Amino acid sequence: MKLDDIKFTDGNLQRRKILNRLMLSLCTIAAVLSVAPLLYVFFYTTFSGISALNIDFFTQLPKPVGETGGGMANSIIGTLILVTIGSLIGIPVGILSGIYVAEYSNNIFSNIIKFVTDVLSGIPSIIIGIFAYGVVVLTMGGFSALAGGFALGIIMIPTVTRTTEEMLKLVPVNLREASLALGVSRWKTSLKIVLKTASTGIITGILLSIARVAGETAPLLFTSFGNRFMSYSLTEPIDSMPVRIFNYAISPFEEWHKLAWAGAFILIFLIFILNLVVRFITRDKYSINN
Amino acid sequence: MKVILDTELKFEEHQKLKGKDSSKFAITTTDLSVHFGLKAAIKKINLKIRRNTVTSIIGPSGCGKSTLLRSLNLMHELTPRTKVTGTIKILDKDITEYDVINLRNKVGMVFQKPNPFPKMSIYENVISGYKLSGKNPSESFDDIVERCLIHSALWDEVKDRLNKPAISLSGGQQQRLCIARTIAINPEIILMDEPTSALDPLSTMKIEKLIHDFKNDYTIIIVTHNMQQAARVSDFTAFMFIGDLVEFDKTKKLFTVPTVKLTEEYITGKFG
Amino acid sequence: MNKSIPPHGTEKVIISRKKFSDLIFENLTFVFALMILGIVLWIIYEMYFYSGESRSAFGWEFIWSNEWEPVRKEFGALAFVYGTAVSSILALIIALPLSLGVAIFLSELAPKIIKSTLSFVIEILAAIPSIIFGFWGIFVLAPFMRSDLQPFLQKYFGYLPFFQGTPLGTGLLTAGIILAIMIIPIITAISRDVLKAIPQSQREAAYALGATKWEAIKMALLNAKSGILGATVLGFGRAVGETMAVTMVIGNRADINISFFEPAYTMASVIANEFAEASEILHLSSLIEVGLLLFGVTFLINSFARLLIFSVTRNAEGR
Repeated sequence: MKLDDIKFTDGNLQRRKILNRLMLSLCTIAAVLSVAPLLYVFFYTTFSGISALNIDFFTQLPKPVGETGGGMANSIIGTLILVTIGSLIGIPVGILSGIYVAEYSNNIFSNIIKFVTDVLSGIPSIIIGIFAYGVVVLTMGGFSALAGGFALGIIMIPTVTRTTEEMLKLVPVNLREASLALGVSRWKTSLKIVLKTASTGIITGILLSIARVAGETAPLLFTSFGNRFMSYSLTEPIDSMPVRIFNYAISPFEEWHKLAWAGAFILIFLIFILNLVVRFITRDKYSINN
Repeated sequence: MKVILDTELKFEEHQKLKGKDSSKFAITTTDLSVHFGLKAAIKKINLKIRRNTVTSIIGPSGCGKSTLLRSLNLMHELTPRTKVTGTIKILDKDITEYDVINLRNKVGMVFQKPNPFPKMSIYENVISGYKLSGKNPSESFDDIVERCLIHSALWDEVKDRLNKPAISLSGGQQQRLCIARTIAINPEIILMDEPTSALDPLSTMKIEKLIHDFKNDYTIIIVTHNMQQAARVSDFTAFMFIGDLVEFDKTKKLFTVPTVKLTEEYITGKFG
Repeated sequence: MNKSIPPHGTEKVIISRKKFSDLIFENLTFVFALMILGIVLWIIYEMYFYSGESRSAFGWEFIWSNEWEPVRKEFGALAFVYGTAVSSILALIIALPLSLGVAIFLSELAPKIIKSTLSFVIEILAAIPSIIFGFWGIFVLAPFMRSDLQPFLQKYFGYLPFFQGTPLGTGLLTAGIILAIMIIPIITAISRDVLKAIPQSQREAAYALGATKWEAIKMALLNAKSGILGATVLGFGRAVGETMAVTMVIGNRADINISFFEPAYTMASVIANEFAEASEILHLSSLIEVGLLLFGVTFLINSFARLLIFSVTRNAEGR
């Protein structure tokens, strides 16, 4: 870029000053305009949700059309089960592959892994759903909690891998050296020094990825499907909060809309809490460098 | 400029003059070279280091003194594209015959920047060598901690707060903690890579005193670019310049009547 | 004298033997890393394999036909491609100036406390699930579009073909706005980081030449342009793959209309709506081919974006 592109001395000073004011104001207005709808979504959901929330929401099962009341107890349990299965897949794969990329990264292969991780994180979640459908649903012969959890796990992997890699690379090299110089083997150094030092950051990344998959809907539509009843079985279709909210939201019944708002509020609240926890534990995230 | 020097011969002379047994060498290197890629960092170094002595390696930055030190406990393997050739004998045994873990237990290392483990307490740091590799020491952990902290002159300062995090200590205390951590695994040799360059003068003095006291138990090699420090703490001094070992002699002799002109120019401050 | 001959084969090279346990650990992590590669290849293979029926039945016609009639077993994806493209482009047109404004506000104008608070707020709001945006879209945005924004646009810009037709509330424009709201945090965050990577000295140089604050910012923007382009493309990629929010407000009709008020359908939405109920092999296979198409498009978009952002951050590191 050449300095000639911008002619500082050209034109009327007054005009330039007005333009300056104008553009700076526009930027400020843009900031307000952008945050406003986001805040609107947040508060609208919160208020609609709180007013629809009651004990039944947590304890009751969904009622058939026409009956009032009911809750989402089965969806809450379902989401917990699905997120647990997802974590059991996503966290180990993510952490171990992250260690590989960060610790043994002197070859082309680790660059390929980095690229592929980016590709995976860019794949729309609905496509991960199709993948889980092909791998789990078709193999098992039906929708199941396992299929949904599998999809969520795949979605978690790239986030966990990238965070692990970035956090491990933040660990100062002199800690590695200190450990190796004491006669500690490389793998024990990786686990007991490097991973442990970076653990706060990695936990942060894991919490954020859990927050993300807890609200995922698209990949669950044809993997875990949905279930009006309480189910703890991994091989049966299972309900989840996002799918239940979706089905209720597009239904014509006001009673269901209320329940959906309550569910939406619980989801937002959960994600909000997780983000606050992350904020809290990363307050001193740079302390490992000092 | 080409310097050819038969350091080994020189060294033998000293041994004779001292009238001591010259068979026990802690470290012997023969034609030791280190290359980073195609670039030579040190070239054909021949060095014999007697047991229970303090040897300092001096020279301007980039002369390869840290590289030499790091090849002695195979830490060079952390740097990619590094190639070490020649032979190294540690305690009369070829370095490749050692398991790298046993080797590093015998050859401890103290680094330039104090690097205690930040997530461990003072106590845990001292015994970290055992804890991390899952080895059991012959004495109790409490005894080791007390002995090593006394030995590294840190005990009185920290005995009431052993469970506090190690990073709560001052820089000088952290470095002495790192020394305690190193001697906890009973090494024969301690390599020190500019151990005081990040410290204040008072802490430097304490560590120099430690080095002096350690002579009876350990063989110490210290890299420093502070010539006064080399003169104060060491029995022998090696002067390196752009990858070559220029002169290796008794510290007193090297600093008063150096045989090579380059050494003289360096120690009188003409360059470096 | 610094020249030396690199070591050759005859000399003894000192290397430690690799510990067995270290080898096991390295290979263990390697296997897990390999798994990611395996998953991505498997996804591609599976989509390709299961879309075989549809590909052999329709060939390239699949992309150019806008007939989507499961009953008559006619499948063409053009309407979905159109819906995805138009809704995402609309989203970009709305989101880009706003995001740039926020990014400039955050990196150049705001006082420190507002900066960190606003960043945090945007960060948290970016984590709101898509389903909730869609829900809000149905109950708040669509009615507002129907009763206010669409009549307004029709009144003043009704002569343009884009703003003709019945204001239904749902449709391409509503989807574009929802998508814009969702991608603003992404474009903002990356643009802000790119702007931060421009050295302060460049702004100072501009001030020293008598530039106003805006002119200095403009220069920083020019320097950051490929990074900002990368952020934009990444946001676009997200919009293309976004499913739930769009599905809930776009109207879900496989038509191609020039008007932004008309209902439409996107690639992701049709999969979300029809996949679970598709019983015909050909129907399922066609849906998977739509998925394959969506995968290809997002892959290209994301790779391009990564390339742009990578080139900028690498330059910034080199400084």
